[in-house]
Amino acid sequence: MKIDALWFRAHVIKAVRDFFWDRGFLEVETPLLIPANAPEEHINPVITLPSWQLQTSPEICMKRLLCRGHQKLFQISRCWRADERGLRHLSEFTMLEWYRADADYHTLMADCEELLQHVVSSCLPKDRVFRRNSAKIDPFAPWERIRVQEAFSRFGQVSVFDCVKKGLYEEILTTVIEPALSQFDSPVILMDYPAELAALARTKPENRELAERFELYLGGLELANGFSELTDPAEQRSRFEEANRARKASGQIELPLPEPFLKILAALPKSAGIALGIDRLVMLTAGADAIDDVVAFTPEDL
Amino acid sequence: MYTVADLKKGLKITLDGDPYLVVAFDFVKPGKGQALYRTKMRNMINGTLLDRTYRSGETFEPASLEERQMEYLYKEGDHYTFMDQQTYDQVVMEEETLGDAKNYLLENLKVEVMLFGEKAIGISLPNFVNLRVTATEQWAKGDTSGNDSKPATVETGYVLRVPPFIEEGELIVIDTRTGEYSTRVKG
Repeated sequence: MKIDALWFRAHVIKAVRDFFWDRGFLEVETPLLIPANAPEEHINPVITLPSWQLQTSPEICMKRLLCRGHQKLFQISRCWRADERGLRHLSEFTMLEWYRADADYHTLMADCEELLQHVVSSCLPKDRVFRRNSAKIDPFAPWERIRVQEAFSRFGQVSVFDCVKKGLYEEILTTVIEPALSQFDSPVILMDYPAELAALARTKPENRELAERFELYLGGLELANGFSELTDPAEQRSRFEEANRARKASGQIELPLPEPFLKILAALPKSAGIALGIDRLVMLTAGADAIDDVVAFTPEDL
Repeated sequence: MYTVADLKKGLKITLDGDPYLVVAFDFVKPGKGQALYRTKMRNMINGTLLDRTYRSGETFEPASLEERQMEYLYKEGDHYTFMDQQTYDQVVMEEETLGDAKNYLLENLKVEVMLFGEKAIGISLPNFVNLRVTATEQWAKGDTSGNDSKPATVETGYVLRVPPFIEEGELIVIDTRTGEYSTRVKG
């Protein structure tokens, strides 16, 4: 662990909290132990007690709160994803999520700009830049916004739809696209993902092949994932069932559906929500290369 | 049997019939996408490096490796024979497999032999070995040429640089990790 990492962690979390309080967001806590997460093909929840699992994200409960009429919500909470461990992954990690009623993903992109500028000004008032692999990323420089299709054709000379079809999406993204994104000295937003890569996102009204989803990258590191929320319960149920079919086909256990969420989803206003990895934000602030450097203890330390 | 979750630096697995050592490992998982397990591996027999990317669900056979203490017996052509003093099992290794280790092999030297199944794939030497100098030039007293070392041949045929005061017939200590002269054996 870097010696000053816990100092950075505390200050980043305080800056994030101040940011949302100052803008009238309500800070909430929702249960960490839940009967069902949103089933995803490639995310494995940690199953604890029989028929209970740790949250992989607070999204299900956060959206149920929006259904009750809350307008602006945020939460900083622990999430768990089984078998994820690497230089950028811990099975237990800290996630920031915020949600806005009457908004779409463009509003969230604007939030991201203001949030990162606020965090860097609070925690690094002198330099006001994030660091990744000794590169500097300036959140005050104009942000780059690139459509996923364009990124794949521009940096990889391939079609993202082809890559998804052939099962090469992750390979091309991590070996070609992310290294290309690491060359930008401003934050980069990748936007408008193929619909099959956005299980809970609304598709674009003018093009059903694309979802209103975006990812935020700093120095090639994926920091946040946001989208305009899907509000159609039938469509949402069929996407969950599709995820379970894919899980079954690849020999994984099928996951229970969050039924109360599906039941109330019709009441979800037009809204948008986003998840941002706090550990990675601390890495960028502290200039740490590995997630191990920014937590008090790794699982291996325990 | 290992799964991708067992992959880490230092893991030894069998791949295409050869033992491999994982020398670098990274877990990558783009947002909501499939996890990739990126590895760099070294073939433990010929040293070649290999990049491989794995996905969830793939499995590996452990490399069944065993280290046994053996004694070096003799050399015949390019072949070096070692024997386990307890079981009297003998293994033969080619000069190419031994690499630089051949420079220090004197009969009856005890070494750790790495076995992959029945096959010997390498040896670990003691960090220091004593070898006798069989040939080196006499150091002329009062030599002011400034050379602080001279070549010497030891009994295995290995040639290295030694200090000028070392004479033929002397026993010297060599560091097998660097191949360099370490000190002279007194007495």
